[in-house]
Amino acid sequence: MKKSKKGNGIIAMSFIIAIMLTALPLPDWAVNWRPDWVAVVLIYWCMAVPDRIGIFIAWFLGLLLDVQQGNILGQNALSMTLIAFLTINSYQRMRAYPLLQQAVLVCFYLLLYKLVMFLILVYLGLNKSDWTYWMPAITSMLLWPWLFIILRDVRRKHRIS
Amino acid sequence: MFQRTSSTNIRFVVFALVSVFLIAVDPHQSHLKFLRTLLTTLVYPIQYVVNIPIEITEWGSTTLVTHSTLLKENERLKQERLLLSRKLQRYIVLETENRRLRKLLESSFKINDKVLVAELIGVELQTFRKQVVINKGLREGAYEGQPIVGSTGIMGQIIHVGPFSSTVLLITDSDHALPVQINRNGLRAIAVGTGNNNKLLLEHLPNTADILVGDLIITSGLARRFPSGYPVGKIKKIAYIPGEAFAKVTIEPSAQLSQLREVLMVWPNEKADEINKYLDDLTTKFRQ
Repeated sequence: MKKSKKGNGIIAMSFIIAIMLTALPLPDWAVNWRPDWVAVVLIYWCMAVPDRIGIFIAWFLGLLLDVQQGNILGQNALSMTLIAFLTINSYQRMRAYPLLQQAVLVCFYLLLYKLVMFLILVYLGLNKSDWTYWMPAITSMLLWPWLFIILRDVRRKHRIS
Repeated sequence: MFQRTSSTNIRFVVFALVSVFLIAVDPHQSHLKFLRTLLTTLVYPIQYVVNIPIEITEWGSTTLVTHSTLLKENERLKQERLLLSRKLQRYIVLETENRRLRKLLESSFKINDKVLVAELIGVELQTFRKQVVINKGLREGAYEGQPIVGSTGIMGQIIHVGPFSSTVLLITDSDHALPVQINRNGLRAIAVGTGNNNKLLLEHLPNTADILVGDLIITSGLARRFPSGYPVGKIKKIAYIPGEAFAKVTIEPSAQLSQLREVLMVWPNEKADEINKYLDDLTTKFRQ
């Protein structure tokens, strides 16, 4: 089976936009509600084209995020790897689910993602967050149906598979 | 099918272990600086693009102003300049006198540090830490641990340097500690951040220490990282808690940490040749 190169640019672009949305300054009240853009986009591509978007790309994206946010290196990388692993192992089931059920599963994965980061922060003694730390999982869940439809249309239009 | 799953599993384990290794090594050692610098170069264009709309609004607000506003501002700036130059005259006399006295005492003392103006890049970092990104990096000679100063006081220090940008840890971050002294009597203390934008705490000052509300806190330069004599803030509140050996002293930072767009990078150990030459010129003029 030969891997198709088509659409690599589109996938990369979607990740770049996701990182930009993560870096975009928001007013103070909205900061803690910002969805985990990169993680959600990663889940989508892992589900749609698991042959092409795998563990390594997830790990690399995590590293980029770590540098962008000024974290300890490896923090996002580990959590992103976990997300990719979970999604790749369940993509067939996920594809069969209706949108709402997918959204709940995404929320669950993101909670795990946040939990791993939380434990790392606690281990490093850097944990300064409160309950709003977990909110992005909820906002990402609400975002999922829309993002799914947009990315699916993009994927179909450019015939990425 | 089965083959793919097993290779994914192996990859997952490998990359998870690599990440754990990174997490364990990064906070303690500087071996990973190279990796971080490389990745910063990749991330910088993204941050740059995110910053563009902010630049545009800024440009708009400076370009699209009315004639009368400009005139008013010009008037105000002229007045300010006059006031400042009057102060500078006195300062020059005082500085030469200070230098002469220091020479008599045979102690070396540098007043002017080399500085460079940097601009903040408007990107969001981890929300519960106080960090900002500035648009100067290795290219301009920035280094890890370099002090960053605002127009009214110390802001923080650089913690990561990239080729074109650097990350600055603000003094209000809860992991930041700054050696300070009280300007009035030279009492030394450590100012630690609280994670709150307008609050610092002075640690381990005994209840009997000679401190007053309103005292000016300046850097002591003891850790050799920050230059001495820059304002940090003013004492805002002193709470004596019965039964505790130390008073709880709150400082209000004098730098407007959440509003600044332009900051100064300071090289504490390099003399600013230009400023010194300028001062010397002026001094000779005044002597004549």
